[in-house]
Parts: sequence; structure tokens; C-alpha cells
Amino acid sequence: MHIPMKSKPFLSSSIFLLAALILSLAIGSVFISPKELWNIVRGAGNETFGFIIWQIRLPRTVLIALTGAALSGSGAAYQGLFRNPLADPYLIGVASGAGLGAVIAMSIKWPYSFWGLMAIPMAAFIAALLTVFFVYFLARVGQTIPTTNLILAGVAFSSFATSLTSFLMLRSTSEVRRALGWLLGGASQAGWTAILAILPYLVIGLGILLISGHALNLMQFGDDQAQQLGLNVTRVKTILLIAASLATAAAVAFSGIIGFIGLIVPHLIRLWAGPDYRRLIPLSVLGGASALLLSDILARIVLAPQEIPVGIVTALAGAPFFLWVLRRSKNQGFW
Amino acid sequence: MLKIQNLSAAYNGHRVLHDVSFDVKNGEVLALIGPNGAGKSTIIRAASGVIPSTGHIRTNGDDFQSLTPLQRACYLAVVPQAISLPPAFTVWETVLMGRTPYLGFLGQASAHDEELARQALSRVNALAFSDRRVGELSGGERQRVLLARALCQSTPILLLDEPTAHLDLQYQVNLLELIRDLARRENLAVLIALHDLNLASHYADRVALLVGGHLKAVGTPHEVLTSELISEAYCLPVQVIEHPFMNVPLVLPDTK
Repeated sequence: MHIPMKSKPFLSSSIFLLAALILSLAIGSVFISPKELWNIVRGAGNETFGFIIWQIRLPRTVLIALTGAALSGSGAAYQGLFRNPLADPYLIGVASGAGLGAVIAMSIKWPYSFWGLMAIPMAAFIAALLTVFFVYFLARVGQTIPTTNLILAGVAFSSFATSLTSFLMLRSTSEVRRALGWLLGGASQAGWTAILAILPYLVIGLGILLISGHALNLMQFGDDQAQQLGLNVTRVKTILLIAASLATAAAVAFSGIIGFIGLIVPHLIRLWAGPDYRRLIPLSVLGGASALLLSDILARIVLAPQEIPVGIVTALAGAPFFLWVLRRSKNQGFW
Repeated sequence: MLKIQNLSAAYNGHRVLHDVSFDVKNGEVLALIGPNGAGKSTIIRAASGVIPSTGHIRTNGDDFQSLTPLQRACYLAVVPQAISLPPAFTVWETVLMGRTPYLGFLGQASAHDEELARQALSRVNALAFSDRRVGELSGGERQRVLLARALCQSTPILLLDEPTAHLDLQYQVNLLELIRDLARRENLAVLIALHDLNLASHYADRVALLVGGHLKAVGTPHEVLTSELISEAYCLPVQVIEHPFMNVPLVLPDTK
């Protein structure tokens, strides 16, 4: 695949992210031009527009960007950990597990209070962690995890968790039904408190993943060789699984289940910038943020003034795109 | 110097290695031979710590059993079989990973590390293709890359698991000559699992014969590669003759 600007991947992905952020702030029921945005940032500008930006569009944009970064970063890490190009927080069931955890937390106590809100990412994290270990042991054959096993275990667990989630939402009070909107991947009502609630998980999770590129590189050679090269494989694997699940849970807690971002973005980055996880993880974080922002913009304008859940956009664009990438990478023999 | 004492190991509760003891001296190549499933690879995996084992694996005073993977990797490098390697890394990136025990967690290589990687690549004659991806290489080239990675690890002990298994004859000979030469020049203790008895006879200073997880004999090729020992170990009548112009034994299956 030929993509220009290959020589400076960090610079071009950062510029791309900046453009996506500005677009996400500008586009909506009212268009706010970049010039007007600049005025608002300086404290001048229209007061109504200022309110829209600070209270509605900016928190939504930040949450979407963080969600995309977390899904894509954890997707890249799962792919490296499982040595499997199809490991994605959605396809291996971790996202659905985290969603189930979030809904359980919501059905116990609807988050009117700050602490009620804080409990959601915690429950999502615990459920995500249980899911990843469950799917991992279910799919494992000896020392390897065959792709089909991983996906089958992930899909099976995912349908179980999704059904349980639906059941919980149907039998509970009307307030919990509002969770449905969230779990389909709409971040609109969340606001700044939600960002505050997921930030610790995100910072710790993505922080660990960002410094683990070399360890992930070693793991591509398999457990034996990684250990013979000096890596404490068992410990590093456990830490990375926890870190990736923290990031996934943070993403799912308030943005719902959004598929394919964690699969396609790292995949494209790998084709573009090579297999080195020291570059792959940070570039996936930047690229995931941009990709989900663009999907969210589409979700807002396709049926405007009505919004569609962003998870629908990522799946509609993502699934065929992924099949195309899969064909290409199969012919090339690299992933 | 590698000292293995009373080494035992088990897979799923099934014992596959029984109280094996032998030494590999500095500058020496010791070949592990024996039929499939005799425990050749198990010794290498146990010594490098990737499977649990009992007994001692020592160098000088240190017992590897009490070392962390990182500490162990400073003493002992392993050349695995080059069956499946991540194809997308370049040769250069792969070899540089041999420096892992000396790098920080971030894996940032210094100029010194890069110099050692260059030296290792040039010693195995692979500098010319250092920019190529591992997936584009032939089996022989890949095996040399793995040897370079192990050399880059700068350890006094080198373990090799059937490095010639999938190579054509000329590559087998090149690789084993290179390994013997390295052992001599760098004063390395080299333990190499081989299934070809005549290659072992040719290139090893001493040979250790394993059968069913037991060490049957250890000594010079002339002492171990006898028709009695080999016939019994492989359950096949063999003739051992003297190589016509080299002072080594030659094992021939006795099929009439």
C-alpha cells in the first residue's frame, strides 16, 4: 500500500488528528467556522456559540477522541499479545463484556451522583478483565491461540454478554433503558464528568501500552524466544492484558460498544509504518482518535438533524474495509 | 562453562528428562544426539528456563534456576529452529533484539548496541541483506539471522536447537563450520542438538547420547558413536566405519 508522507508518520498523524478535532467542533446543527472557534478559544466570540462549544461539542469531541484512542491502542496491544491480526476489543468479546459490566453497574444504581458515575468504568473494567482471561483460556491450544478459536470464543462470549445486557435493560426500570442509547455508541449526553470518570483508567491503561512497544516486539517471536531474550513473559503478558482491558473498559463505559476501530486502525498503521510496536502503539492511538472523530461526524450528518449511533458507522465502513485489508495482507503474507 | 547436574523435567506430569548431568567447556562444541523425543530440545528449553525443571544449571558459581529471565539471558543465548518467525521485521530489527538484556524496558539501542549487531551480522555473513524482511529470506539465511541475534546477546554460552534441520547440505556445512569456528575464537561453550549423527561426528568435540530422557553416554565421537550404542539407541542395526580421510567415525545404517 502506498500512502504518502511515510517518512514522518507522527507528524502526519498529528496533523490529521488536529484537523479531525477542528472539524468535529465545527460541524453540527449549527456550523461554527474555525475562525469563530478561534474567537471562542480566546474568550471573545458569540456567547451562544461559546456555550455550545464548551458544554456540548468539546466534551463530546474529547470523549470520542479518547474512546477512539483507547479502542485502537488496546486493539493493537491485543493483536500483539495474542499474535493474531484479528484480535480486536470487539471481536474477542472484551467490549461486550465491559458493556455488560457497565449495565450491571447502571441497573444497580443509575448514575445521578458523581460516585454513581465513577462506578461504571470500574464495573466495565472488572468485567472486561474477566472476559479477556475467560476467552484467552477458552481459545488456547497449548502455547498458541488459533485465530478461529479466538474469534469463535470471542463471538460466543460476546453474544452471551449482549443477551444478558439486553435482558437486564428490558427487565429494569425505564431509567436504565436510557443506557441503551449509550451502549449503541452514543456519547452525546455524557459531558465533562464522564471524561473525568474514565481518565484515570485511560491514562494508566494507554500509558502502560505506550511504553511496552519493545516487549510486544519480543512477543512476536513467541513466548519461548521472548523469554530466552530476557523478557519475563508471564508477568509482562499479565500487565499488558490488564492495561489493554483498562483502556477498553474506559472506552466502553460511556461510549458503548463500537466495533472495528481497534482492528482497522492498527492494521492500516502496520501496513503504513511497519510492524515495530514502539511506533505502532502511539500511531494507533493517534489514528484511532482521528478515525472515530470522523465516524462521529458522519454519524451526525448522515441523517441530520437526527443522529445515528457511531457504532453503526464504524461497522458499516469497517467491516467491508476490513475484508479488503484482509485480502491484501493475505496476498502479501504480512500482517 | 555450562554445568548441568541432575536435570529433570516433566510435561503435564509426564517425566521427559531423568537426572541428566554433563558439562560443556569453554571453546567446546558438545552435540546432543538421540532419536526423536529423546529429550534434546527439552534440555535446551529447561536450561533456558522456558519450562520448569529440577536440578542445577550452573556457570562458574551461579545457578540459573534462581535467576530472572533477564539475568539468565546475559549468560545464555538460544538459537531456535527458524520455523516460524514474525515475517515483517527486518533482519536488522530482529538481530538488534538480541541486545534486549542490556537495554531498558523501552528497548532504545545505543550506538554500541548497533555496532555489536553489525559485527554479529558480518560474522554470519548477513550484513548484505540486513534491510530485508525476515519473511523474504530462505531457510538458511533465516537461521544465520537467528545465530547473529544470539551472538549479539554477547553470552558465554550458546544453545542451538537443531539449527540445520531444514537446510540444504551446503548450508548445514556452512553453519556448523561457522559455529565451531565461533566456539574456538570466542571461547564459547556451545551445546547443539543435532539429529544427523555424521554432522555431530564431524563438528562436535564431544557427543552426548540421549535415549528416552536418559543420558546414555557422553564422550568423544569415537567413544559414543559405536555400533553397539547407536544400534541400541535407535533400534536399528548400524555399522560404524572410519571416515576415509578424516579422523572421525561415520555411522551407516546396516540395511541388507
